[in-house]
Amino acid sequence: MKLTVNGVEHDVQAPQLASLLHVLREELDLTSPKAGCQQGGCGTCTVLVDGEPRRSCLLPLAAVEGAAITTVEGLGAADELSPMQAAFDEHYAAQCGFCTSGFLLAGTALLNGSPGATREEVLEALSGHVCRCTGYVKIVRAVEAALHGEVHPERVEASFEPEETDVLIPGSPA
Amino acid sequence: MTSRSLDAAQLVTPTSREDAIEAFGDGAELTVLAGGTILMPELNYGRLRPARVLALWNAGVAGIRREGSSLTIGAMTPVAELEAAPEPLATAARSVADREIRAQATLGGNLCATPGGEIPRGDLQAPLIALGARVTTAGAGGQRTEPVEDFLSNGPGGRLVLEVELEEPAGAGHATVGRPHSHGFTILAACAAETSEGVRVAVTGAGSHAVRVHSVEQALAGGASPEDAAENVLKDVQPRDDALASAWYRQRMLPVLVGRALHDLSQKEGTRG
Repeated sequence: MKLTVNGVEHDVQAPQLASLLHVLREELDLTSPKAGCQQGGCGTCTVLVDGEPRRSCLLPLAAVEGAAITTVEGLGAADELSPMQAAFDEHYAAQCGFCTSGFLLAGTALLNGSPGATREEVLEALSGHVCRCTGYVKIVRAVEAALHGEVHPERVEASFEPEETDVLIPGSPA
Repeated sequence: MTSRSLDAAQLVTPTSREDAIEAFGDGAELTVLAGGTILMPELNYGRLRPARVLALWNAGVAGIRREGSSLTIGAMTPVAELEAAPEPLATAARSVADREIRAQATLGGNLCATPGGEIPRGDLQAPLIALGARVTTAGAGGQRTEPVEDFLSNGPGGRLVLEVELEEPAGAGHATVGRPHSHGFTILAACAAETSEGVRVAVTGAGSHAVRVHSVEQALAGGASPEDAAENVLKDVQPRDDALASAWYRQRMLPVLVGRALHDLSQKEGTRG
């Protein structure tokens, strides 16, 4: 089956009913979507499917044939962050990081679809990503800053290239 | 992940309603895949290894069709689209999980939702019962259309949900126990609607699926006040303990919520615009 991820077409071998999350992580080595609960509850596996945020753990591979998938790897590069990534960096909105991929993509979808979103709409759009850290003020501020165009990617410090690491435990945050 | 055995599943993806009905047959040895929000976790965790899966995403059974005050809603219509449906369905749809799940979960899947653990699912069932909605299904013996409460009593086994029809009500009411988190199951909810056959009332959270509460409706028709009528809810349901709440709590909250839904209804009656 063919799968287009971050603009690149791949031939994938996984079963048609394997989850998109499984294919992204285990076959394409894209580890920004996290394997959290794998039952749709936690939001860490969220990707964009044709621009819309979706839980990749709940999507069978066959359901996304022909769709354009975007993961955090496709948002920006380490030295060229997307506006949402730059806003998270500026507002120190990462927290422990496990939920961050989902927040970034939900925020990106909001930025692309409803840049004029109110506070209430921002909270609603992010509600599927709330975990147990509490203290979402910085995340909400980051998303609102990106919506308002108040982002300064040039302030992001010189980036680093992360070392290649093996995924030791399938499903773990790499 | 046990990819090998998933590979053995035969995936059928009909491209028309007729093909879907034919592929479903009598439903034996077949797993129906709609939005996937209930089924995929079963596959992810290896709890289910189906032999044959009927996926409906191309079957042409999605979307809302309006004719005057009548609506026909396809089984594959996402919950998100129901946020614009008549009340109390719209409020119930808005209360389901979060944006991503509402975009993927479907009306048909919600009607067929089996309890999660021992916790009831299917938050759209009570509003559909209150609206007097009728569901059309296919299966052994052909197609049939029946009230949603009858479909739920019989259970979804052997039936393929195709669509639901309902009439815009003259008024509607909805009351639920607020949830602290967008992923929580609904503890209890009550729905009421002023339909052409009078006020209909249904509750969620007092059994494995939503239940129409005739005793409340009859008391109302007999002239009882909303508060007095609501007390009758316990004649029709016997709440049990589960992981969310005790039967004790439910027995005390159900009349309160039914009363609130009826009060909500009386506030909105005649204000349909």
